[in-house]
Amino acid sequence: MSALLNIKWQNMAFPFVGLLAFLFFWQIAASQVTTTLGSLPGPVATAQQFMGLVDEHEAEQDKKTAFYQRQEQRNADKLKADPDFKVTVRPYTGRPTFFDQITTSLITVATGFLVASLIAIPMGIILGLNQWMYQALNPVIQILKPISPLAWLPLVTMVVSAVYSSDNPLVAKSFINSAFTVTLCSLWPTLLNTTVGVANIDPDLKNVSRVLKLDPLTHVRKIVLPSAIPMIFTGLRLSLGVAWMVLIAAEMLAQNPGLGKFVWDEFQNGSAQSLARIMVAVVTIGIIGFMLDRGMLQLQKWFSWDKRSELR
Amino acid sequence: MITLKRNAVALMVSAVLVSTAVQAQVGAPEKEELKLGFIKLTDMAPLAVAYEKGYFEDEGLYVTLEAQANWKVLLDRVITGELDGAHMLAGQPLGATAGVGTKADVVTAFSMDLNGNATTVSNKIWEAMKANVPAGADGKPVHPIKADALKPVVQSYKDQGKAFNMGMVFPVSTHNYELRYWLAAGGLNPGFYAPLKGDNTGQQQADVLLSVTPPPQMPATLEAGTILGYSVGEPWNQAAVFKGIGVPVVTDAEIWHNNPEKVFGVAQSWAEKYPNTHVHLVKALIRAAYWLDQDNNANRQEAVNLLAKPEYVGADAKVIANSMTGTFEFEKGDKRPAADFNIFFRHHATYPYYSDAIWYLTQMRRWGQIPEAKPDSWYADLAKKVYKPEVYRQAAEELIAEGKMKVSDFPDFAKETGYKSPDNKFIDGITYDGHKPNDYLKQFPIGLKGDQKL
Repeated sequence: MSALLNIKWQNMAFPFVGLLAFLFFWQIAASQVTTTLGSLPGPVATAQQFMGLVDEHEAEQDKKTAFYQRQEQRNADKLKADPDFKVTVRPYTGRPTFFDQITTSLITVATGFLVASLIAIPMGIILGLNQWMYQALNPVIQILKPISPLAWLPLVTMVVSAVYSSDNPLVAKSFINSAFTVTLCSLWPTLLNTTVGVANIDPDLKNVSRVLKLDPLTHVRKIVLPSAIPMIFTGLRLSLGVAWMVLIAAEMLAQNPGLGKFVWDEFQNGSAQSLARIMVAVVTIGIIGFMLDRGMLQLQKWFSWDKRSELR
Repeated sequence: MITLKRNAVALMVSAVLVSTAVQAQVGAPEKEELKLGFIKLTDMAPLAVAYEKGYFEDEGLYVTLEAQANWKVLLDRVITGELDGAHMLAGQPLGATAGVGTKADVVTAFSMDLNGNATTVSNKIWEAMKANVPAGADGKPVHPIKADALKPVVQSYKDQGKAFNMGMVFPVSTHNYELRYWLAAGGLNPGFYAPLKGDNTGQQQADVLLSVTPPPQMPATLEAGTILGYSVGEPWNQAAVFKGIGVPVVTDAEIWHNNPEKVFGVAQSWAEKYPNTHVHLVKALIRAAYWLDQDNNANRQEAVNLLAKPEYVGADAKVIANSMTGTFEFEKGDKRPAADFNIFFRHHATYPYYSDAIWYLTQMRRWGQIPEAKPDSWYADLAKKVYKPEVYRQAAEELIAEGKMKVSDFPDFAKETGYKSPDNKFIDGITYDGHKPNDYLKQFPIGLKGDQKL
């Protein structure tokens, strides 16, 4: 019993000490760096600025309510003047707040990552099962893999502009640009890990499948997937990490809505508060990245056939 | 008897015409949801004011304002239709239509402001320049400071075999032409563009090498030492003063008093597709510009607080206030009155004058962006193609009919030709007459004229 308590205590204490040391170091280091916008914000200034962003968000919500009330009034007046008037409610035109930008980024990364996974996992299984296909496609994959999102972005932007043109688009072009860039860059870890995982299935299991004369689909479902799952998830976790990093870069470069644009706008503002606001965004990006990875791990625990293996 | 009758008929016809002109209401906007782009500069103020004061909504428009990364992105997005319209450099619609850089038809019916820019040099360059600037009775440098003071500094760089780099915001920007005008008036060649040879750097035969830097990045680029000075709109000159990294030496109002600056640009195809929307937009912008100058700039402090919001310019309010509230700070502590630093409505600032458009075209020709000689008629025709005073007039007449503005607020539309009378309020005293662009160009010692080609 006391041993158990000990472990729990340690589990809590060490991360706590680590974080505290980090915050301390941050506070000391930040005050040493002086920029033309004042010294670098430490944890305290960053926390204060976060509260400021919360206040701004609330103020914006009030403005939004007022906007809809005004619109309702205007539409009612029009309806009174012309009974045939067709009322359309226009969405709020105000600026996105920090929290709106977080939501946008999360939706974008989810879309891009989902599309990437839907391509990478089936393709990885095929490449893992078929040696010839693997040899044919491997060079292409190796060349495409290291391309930076910043190099893809101009191409993606031009292609999307050319292909996706409609007067009343269902989703914004900027969203497609960001999501597509995320897909292109986050595809590879999942693809390669799935391929390796599938290729390295225990020969005994393959023999079992052969003896039982399993049809190809059942073979994949009963033999390949369960044994490749750990590798697939390793790939997915790497991909998700890449996806999140790529998204922020893409948003910054292309001015697409999201946390990246928030950072860039603040950099351009160059006010006394800008650095602290960028710091809030940086910390947020880190925490969200961490939570995404934890979420994926949870998913893996839930999916994994072998519940005894230690996951970290 | 017959002539009398004819006169009566003419009178009646004209009476009908006049009354319809007043009564003819602009229909509902064809498009209600609009996205307008801007660059983080104080002269985007009419857009922010029209939004925050509800002028857009009064016109039935639901407008989203979106900051853009740089002037190129902004122009491209207007052309592709991602943006319905934008705060633009006056040279952008003209340059695009004339085929300088981009080729696309962009028009404007609303001029956003007069003046509003300055040229800043780094502390080191200022120290060197200051020796050549006469001091007044109060010990402060006498303004306007001419580029003559910079000339020996550039020469010393040349003697050491070092390049003298300066920044401006876009090849067809007001800032590019202002900086070039100032340098050339001081005997420094800012270099020519030679598009026929495929050279679009604008640095042929240059004493001073100018290159493009987006406005908000100017102070950081100056600090990094990549450029030694720059020409940009506010608040990026005052920001250099506050950061202690540079000194504004000359404002654009000193280079050409009350020069036209930004415009509100839309794609020509957009203007044709949504004519009513266009008029409604211009109406809202006229009201915003009026508000900005109302009662002798009484609203400027409120405007400063608006612009300081992170979604608009975002710089600190005290930096923005420096130029927006009637003063301008040169060297740290040398704050001088500058009531006209940025004009939004006075002097018919919002009316799109053909002569303003033609001035920009003359500068494009002067520096080789328009590589070959053009007759005077070409200048007039292009100005007519891009500047749309008829849309402005419609908007103004609507506002007068609604009682929101007075007839006296606007030029006399019946008599207005779109050409301002010849003007010599330039730093070099040369007279500009919009009717004679080629004669104007002949007066410059530095610059292409006549049939000259590179």
